[in-house]
Amino acid sequence: MGNRKIRFGVVVFPGTNCDRDTYHVIEEVAGEEAVYLWHKERDLKGSQVVVLPGGFSYGDYLRSGAIARFSPIMEAIKEFAERGGLVLGICNGFQILLEAGLLPGAMLRNKGLRFICRFEELEVVNDATPFTLLYSKGERIRMPIAHIDGNYFASPEDLSALERNAQVVFRYVENPNGSLNDIAGIINAKGNVLGLMPHPERASEAELGSTDGLRMFLSAAKFVRES
Amino acid sequence: MKSLEKLLEEHNLTLEEYGKIKEILGREPNLVELGLFSVMWSEHCSYKSSRVHLAKLPTRGKYLIQGPGENAGVVEAGEKAVVFKVESHNHPSFVEPYQGAATGVGGILRDVFTMGARPVALLDSLHFGPLTQPKNRAIMEGVVSGIAGYGNPVGVPTVGGEVDFEEEFSHNPLVNVMCVGIADKDRIFYARAGKPGLSLIYAGAPTGRDGIHGATMASAEFGEETEHKKVNVQVGDPFREKLLMEATLEVMEKDLIVGIQDMGAAGLTSSSSEMASKSGVGVELYLDNVPLREEGMTPYEILLSESQERMLMVAKEGKEKEIKKIFEKWGIDAVVVGKTTEDKRFRAIWKGEVVADVPVDALAEDAPKYRRPFVPPRIDQRTDEEWGRERDWEEVLLKILSSPEMASRRWVYQQYDHMVQTNTVLLPGAGPAVLKIKGKKQAIALTIDANPSWGRANPKAAAILTVAEAFRNLATVGAEPLGITNCLNFGNPEKPEIMGQFVETVEGMRQALEFFAVPVTGGNVSFYNETQGRAIPPTLVIGAVGLVEDYRTIPRPERVEEGYGIYLLGWEGKDLGSSVYLRVVLGERGGKVPEIDLEKERALHRELIRLAKEGKISYAIDLSPGGLLPNLAEALFHIGKGAELSVKTDGEAYFLFGESPSRAIVFASGELETEIPSRKIGIVKGERLRVYINGKKKIDLELDELKSRWEGVFPKIFDH
Repeated sequence: MGNRKIRFGVVVFPGTNCDRDTYHVIEEVAGEEAVYLWHKERDLKGSQVVVLPGGFSYGDYLRSGAIARFSPIMEAIKEFAERGGLVLGICNGFQILLEAGLLPGAMLRNKGLRFICRFEELEVVNDATPFTLLYSKGERIRMPIAHIDGNYFASPEDLSALERNAQVVFRYVENPNGSLNDIAGIINAKGNVLGLMPHPERASEAELGSTDGLRMFLSAAKFVRES
Repeated sequence: MKSLEKLLEEHNLTLEEYGKIKEILGREPNLVELGLFSVMWSEHCSYKSSRVHLAKLPTRGKYLIQGPGENAGVVEAGEKAVVFKVESHNHPSFVEPYQGAATGVGGILRDVFTMGARPVALLDSLHFGPLTQPKNRAIMEGVVSGIAGYGNPVGVPTVGGEVDFEEEFSHNPLVNVMCVGIADKDRIFYARAGKPGLSLIYAGAPTGRDGIHGATMASAEFGEETEHKKVNVQVGDPFREKLLMEATLEVMEKDLIVGIQDMGAAGLTSSSSEMASKSGVGVELYLDNVPLREEGMTPYEILLSESQERMLMVAKEGKEKEIKKIFEKWGIDAVVVGKTTEDKRFRAIWKGEVVADVPVDALAEDAPKYRRPFVPPRIDQRTDEEWGRERDWEEVLLKILSSPEMASRRWVYQQYDHMVQTNTVLLPGAGPAVLKIKGKKQAIALTIDANPSWGRANPKAAAILTVAEAFRNLATVGAEPLGITNCLNFGNPEKPEIMGQFVETVEGMRQALEFFAVPVTGGNVSFYNETQGRAIPPTLVIGAVGLVEDYRTIPRPERVEEGYGIYLLGWEGKDLGSSVYLRVVLGERGGKVPEIDLEKERALHRELIRLAKEGKISYAIDLSPGGLLPNLAEALFHIGKGAELSVKTDGEAYFLFGESPSRAIVFASGELETEIPSRKIGIVKGERLRVYINGKKKIDLELDELKSRWEGVFPKIFDH
């Protein structure tokens, strides 16, 4: 195991607004390396983990994440994912992964029809993914959510497949938005593309109320370092 | 042809003002020129009724970098500069609550990033009519979603604010939005035009017909025809704002411009004429180059449009192409629409013809100033022994905590993204907003405060109390105030009583700021908050910025543990006039506002700051409206633990619900030694709130039950 830094690519679409936060946590808190990936580029600049941060890509004017999936960078990310590269979609990034077909299902408007920003308690359902190596199954963690379209929906077939294959990674302890099966985060069947609505980068510094999110970045780095 | 009288009425100009225009031009103005004067001389743009009074406010201070007169004020906060301003969007928010509030957010954001600062926080002071009326509920719901709908996508957290209810706001709600940004001290940008011969670059959204005469609308009373004014309210596009912000900050980073101003009220006209006037040059505008959203727009409409998300920049020589390229990258139009000239004229050219040609100073610096007549306002000095009568305090506490006046604002602030940018150290509700400055141990503390109920009873005293309250609030996290911004909301200044309220308010603010040696860095005046002759109560909104030396050690609710002592610091009084208690419990408005001794007030702030810095206290709250018991209950909700209080007093109502200033409650683990009067009133204990007064148990309630009542008020009203 070497001490070299792991390079995280942070994707910037027009309207992304958590790019700087994610970059900050990767560089300053996790101590790894971060590079921005502009949506018009096709080059992932040697990223070992690709993060699609939160925000309102293209203003979310059609559907959350619906336009971003046509960006040149998304083609590169799809190829990267097919080769087994780690991809993490946070909030709007999760929505983009759904729209791009990298993860199954869709996001509906929150049950209460309002934007919700607050800390939520989550249960770690699967601790065997590259992103959750540093968590324990059944552990309860705290992370903020901030979204209006976070009500996860999938067909009964997709949903039972997700449950059967242990692809549900995080569940809300108290469901804030109406998500099916209290789903807060899922991973693809291959186990390298994770999407979640809560914001791990907002739960990475003690003074901000929680450090439970930091372990997700550290876990991905550890996985890459050891593989 | 319309009669002159009709034309002037439509343009909100008086016959005397028209005479002055003719004198300046040496001829009759054409219609375009009349339009220019109409907006630039409107109350909203020219501050013609307020300027002579505002000039009395203190504008110097040891942390001041830029005072009033720019897009926003600037103070020094450690190694960085803080850029901030508050502005009203009252009139548009009444006509169209969602868009009115949304574009209010957009406008104030542009004021801040125009100065070269990245916006890091938004706060709002919102005032509505009682929620028992469906129309007021609809306005509040629209305003809150408008703020969320704009602030959230732009990625600037809304970290604090206040919501208040008074009957008069039913027809004139107040929406005052404050934005705070962080910049490098040596990289502040100003509204300057430099020298003659430089290009004016227009960047942002194309120009449409929206908002034409918005500034004029904000300078008149509402009559019965308000519905027709909808066309005057602009529509916001936060996505474009975000791109415009990123592109503008990049252009500044690369040092490509001389000056910049956003196109806010009176759009292209005010931005170009104000920059030129400040730099002693003129401007020539080529209206055919202005990107348009609608067909057949006239020069009059192009010059006066208040379409959102537009900026005007003066380019450094030869940098036009580089600027355009950056905006292109962000998908934003940027075109040269004019140049600076030597002749100090404001000239607009359209289809080869000069359509307006007036002296640039006449529009900006030389707009009329009025010394409007005023009479001293009536001061409400009423007190009543009956107010202090003993009651069932359990019932009273429940009633106050489940009133919209004191209920939890969680329903409001959780619709706002208050955590984006990952600087939010203290979550909303627990105290002033505290935001860390990335890479530093310093943080800024922010608060926004107003109290129209005090304003109605005594404008001058209310202003002093409001300033004191804002600084007291900052002191609870150990923050020294660096500067304030303010918004003065009033009725029609042409009425001597209203003007009297205004003059007294400014005087109160002046006295308090001079006493605390804190400067005003800018602000906004909103007159004509009056419908069918009924004015709002005088409402001074103070936005204060303070500096926290080390955010890691601030007092905060999470630090309080079982068994900690609860101390009351400061000086107690008998102040129930114009209080929440009076309004909510006794159904009475008015009454003498609390007395304040500024020396004592300052001693309290110094003591709070000392205790916080020395780590002697775990958490502190100031005693603001509502009084001791409701505020203590709120603190316990944030702490998540109960308390047992035991006090001796000869005036229970005053002690529990009085609103005397110069007081704070602090939580500390050991015995607390203070340099000002203090007494231990209880300990943190268990899961109930128990209050013993003079040895008798008066309150014994489960904290969770109280909290769920307090949190349930707005959800019950809006999400039933």
